[in-house]
Amino acid sequence: MSGLPTLRWGRYEIVFWLLPFAAFFLFPGYLTLGSQILIAGLFALSLDLILGYARIISLGHAAFFGLGAYAAGLLAKHGWGEPLSGLALAAIIAALAGWITSFLIVRGQDLTRLMVTLGIGLMLYEAANQASSITGGVDGLSGVEMGKLFGIFAFGLDGKTAYLYSLAVLFAVFYMSRTLVRSPFGLSLRGIREGERRMPAIGASVQRKLVAVYTVGAGIAGVAGALLAQTTQFVGIDVFGFQCSAELMIMLVLGGTGYLYGGLLGAAVFMLLQDYLANLNPVYWQFWLGLLLVIIVLFARGGLMGGLIAVQRRLRWSRRWLSR
Amino acid sequence: MLTSFFGVVFDGVAYGCLLFLISIGLSVTMGLMNFINLAHGAFAMVGGYLCVVVMSALGVPFLAALAIAFLASGVVGAVLERLLYRRLYNAAHLDQVLFTIGLTLMSIATATYIFGPAQQPVRLPAFLTGQVHLLGLDLGSYRLFLIGMVALATLALTYLIEYTRFGAQIRASVDNQQASAGLGINVERVFSVTFALGSALAGLGGGLGIDVLGLDPTFPLKYMVYFLLVCAVGGAGTIRGPLIAALILGVFDVGGKYYVPQIGSFVIYAVMVVMLILFPSGLIGRRA
Amino acid sequence: MAIALRTVGLGKSFGAFKANSDISLGFESGARHALIGPNGAGKTTFINLLTGVLTPTTGEVYLGEEKVTGLPQHARVKRGMTRTFQINTLFPGLTVLESVVLACCERSGRSGVWWRTVAAERAPIDEAREILARLRLENDLDVPTRNLPYGKQRLLEIALALATRPAVLLLDEPAAGIPSAESAELFHVIAQLPRDVTIVFIEHDMNLVFRFAEKITVLVGGAVLVEGTPEEIANDRRVREVYLGEATHG
Repeated sequence: MSGLPTLRWGRYEIVFWLLPFAAFFLFPGYLTLGSQILIAGLFALSLDLILGYARIISLGHAAFFGLGAYAAGLLAKHGWGEPLSGLALAAIIAALAGWITSFLIVRGQDLTRLMVTLGIGLMLYEAANQASSITGGVDGLSGVEMGKLFGIFAFGLDGKTAYLYSLAVLFAVFYMSRTLVRSPFGLSLRGIREGERRMPAIGASVQRKLVAVYTVGAGIAGVAGALLAQTTQFVGIDVFGFQCSAELMIMLVLGGTGYLYGGLLGAAVFMLLQDYLANLNPVYWQFWLGLLLVIIVLFARGGLMGGLIAVQRRLRWSRRWLSR
Repeated sequence: MLTSFFGVVFDGVAYGCLLFLISIGLSVTMGLMNFINLAHGAFAMVGGYLCVVVMSALGVPFLAALAIAFLASGVVGAVLERLLYRRLYNAAHLDQVLFTIGLTLMSIATATYIFGPAQQPVRLPAFLTGQVHLLGLDLGSYRLFLIGMVALATLALTYLIEYTRFGAQIRASVDNQQASAGLGINVERVFSVTFALGSALAGLGGGLGIDVLGLDPTFPLKYMVYFLLVCAVGGAGTIRGPLIAALILGVFDVGGKYYVPQIGSFVIYAVMVVMLILFPSGLIGRRA
Repeated sequence: MAIALRTVGLGKSFGAFKANSDISLGFESGARHALIGPNGAGKTTFINLLTGVLTPTTGEVYLGEEKVTGLPQHARVKRGMTRTFQINTLFPGLTVLESVVLACCERSGRSGVWWRTVAAERAPIDEAREILARLRLENDLDVPTRNLPYGKQRLLEIALALATRPAVLLLDEPAAGIPSAESAELFHVIAQLPRDVTIVFIEHDMNLVFRFAEKITVLVGGAVLVEGTPEEIANDRRVREVYLGEATHG
C-alpha cells in the first residue's frame, strides 16, 4: 500500500531491541542501572505520546508516575504483592487521574496547560507530603514487599527478574504504542498536529482525541511508576517532584520527540551520563544539563533521533550518488 | 481574632505586591512577544545576589543597592535578549519552555557555584526594621516599605504605558505586532527595552524580596510557579490583571498557611486551578 | 421542494460592527446556489456561522428539520454539512492519500481504531482512492500536501470535503487563485456531484457563477440585498449598481 504506515519492523529497530537482551548477558553487574534505564525509557515513551504526538506541553507528567508508584507500592505494602495486578491497578489509577485532568488541559492554551499540569504535580507532591502517615512523606514509602512474578520468579538482589520484567513490560507497551501511532487514531493525531483547523471540518473532535491520548499517556506513566516501586521496593516522594518532570522532558528532547524511539534513546544516554557525571560534581552536572538543553533547542531540535535520521539520509544519498 | 485577620491580609498584600513586581515583566513580555519565559525568576535572583554582594563587599547602603540591582538586572536582560531570546520569538512554545528551563538550570548551577547553596542573609537598614503603629494595627515597617515601593513602581509603570509615546508603542505592539511594524514602530526596539525593563523590575523585586521570600540558588525554580501563576490567572499583557491576581494569590497563600497549615500550599494551587477553569484566558485576558 | 439548510434572523456583531445582520435564507435540497457580493459583504462570516466556527449574536441555523445552532463544528459535519475554506486549510505534512484516508476514517467512525494500522483499513482507503481519482489526483497520492502545486491543493480541499459525504456542501471561493482555464474544470467536477447534495458556493468570478448557479443570493453590507435566478439577478438594477459594475470579466 503506497506510503501508508504498516507494522513492518526495520532492521535498525530489530538491532535496537536486541541490545537490551545483549546487555542482560554482557553486564550482569549493572542490571539495577539497566532496570532504571528501561523504566525511564517507558516513562519517556508516555510523555512522547503526549508531547511529541499530541503537542501538549506538560510540566507535571510526574504526577501520573508518582500516582502509579504509590498505588503499586501501597498495594504491596499492605499485603498484595502480586506484581502484575499491581501494575494493572497503577495503570488504572493513573489513567483515571489523567482522564479527569485532561478536561482542564485540552481546553486551555499553552500557558494554561503548562500551569495546570505544573499545578497538579505540585498539589500531589504536597498531598503526599502531608499524608505522611500513608505515604511516608519525605522519608518515602518502604516495606514494599513483592511476591513472585508468575509465582515462579522472585525479585532477587541480583536484579535479574526486575530487569527482564521491566524489559518485557517496556516492550509490550512499546509494541502497543507503535501500533497506535500507525493506526487510524495515530493518523488523526498527526492530523491534529499538521492541521488542527481542518480537523473539526472533517468531523473530528479534537478535544476527544486529545483526552484519549492524554489518558493513555498518563496510564503508561503510571505503569512506569509502578515498575519503579516494584523493582526498587521503595517509593520516594520525589516521584512527584518538578525535578522528575523536568528531567523526563530533557530525556525526551535529548532523544527527539515524535519518534517513539527518542524517549528510549534519550533515557539511556541521560541515565548513563548522569550515573557517570552527576556523582562527580552535581553542580557541574546541572550546569551542563542546562547548557545541553539550550544547545539542543537552538541547533539540534530533532535530538539524537533527528541527528541519526539526518545521518542515515546523507549516507543513503551519498551511496546513491557514488553508485552512479 | 480580627487583628490577626488584618495582619494576615496585610502580610498577604505585601507578599502579593512582591510577586506582582517580579511578575509584571514576565506578563508584559508574554503578552508582547508571546514568549513563555520560565527563566524570569533568574533575573530576580540576579538582582537579589547583586544586592547582597554590593552591600557586603562594597558596603553600599540598602536603598542604593536596590537601585544597582534594578539597573544591572536590566542590563543583563537586555544583553540576553539581544543574544539569545531574540532567536526564539517565533519558535514553538515548547521550544521556549525547554530553552528557558535550560537557562534556569544554568543560572542555578552558577549561583550555587559562586555563593553556595545556603540562604543569603540580608541586613536591613534600621529605619526599615521594627513596626509602625497605623490605624490601630502594628504593621511591619519593611512590609509597609515594600507596599509603598511597589505602589510607586506601579504608578510609574502605568504612567509610562498610558501617557508616554513609548507606552503607546508597547500597547500597539501587544495588540497587533504586524500593524505596528507597518506603522513604522521599531518593534524590535520595543521588545528589547520592554524585556530589559521587565528584567530590571524583577531584579528590584529580587532585592526587595530577600527578607520576605528568601534568597538561595533554587529561587528561580521555587518561585517560578508563582510568577507564572500570576501571569496565567491575571492574563498576560496587562498591568491590572497580574496586580489583582498577585494580590489575590498573595492573600490566599498567606491566609492558607496561617489558617490551615496542614494543607498549606495546596490552597494556592487549588485556587489557581479554579481560577483557570473559570477564566481560561486570565482575569483580564488577552493572549495567554 | 424540501429545504436542506435554513437560517432565521442570523446575525453576527463584533462590538459595534455588524458583520451579518438578520439573514433569513433557505437553501433547497439539491440546489446549486451561489452567494455573491462585494468584498467585506460578510459571505465568509455567514459560512462560519452556518458551520459553527463562529457563534451567532442572533438567530438560528436549521439543518433540515434539526436546529444546529450551538452545535460544535464537528457535530454539524457529522450531520451532513461540510465546508471548504477560501484559504487552503490542509495537512501540510500528510500526503494526499493520507489526508483523504483520514477524512474517510473519520466519517466511517474508524478513526478511533488504535489496534490496527491504517494500511489495514481497506474500505476507507478504497473510498479515498475513488474520490481522488474523480478529482484527477490519482497520480499524486504519495506527494506531501506542502509539495503540491496550488491548483491541486485546491482540488484536495474539495476532496477532503467530499470524503465526509455531505448532504450540504458549502464552498468558499473554490476557484480562488486558479486561472480560468483550470477553474472551469474544477466547477465541472462540482457540477458532476449527485443531485441529492445541496451546493452553496461563494464565488467572485461571474462567468462561473452564471454558468453553474441555478439560484443566486446577493449579500451586501452583511444583509441580503436580493435573491433570484441568474437572469433576474443579471437584470436587477440594484445589483448592477452595487456589484456587477465593479466586477472584472475573467
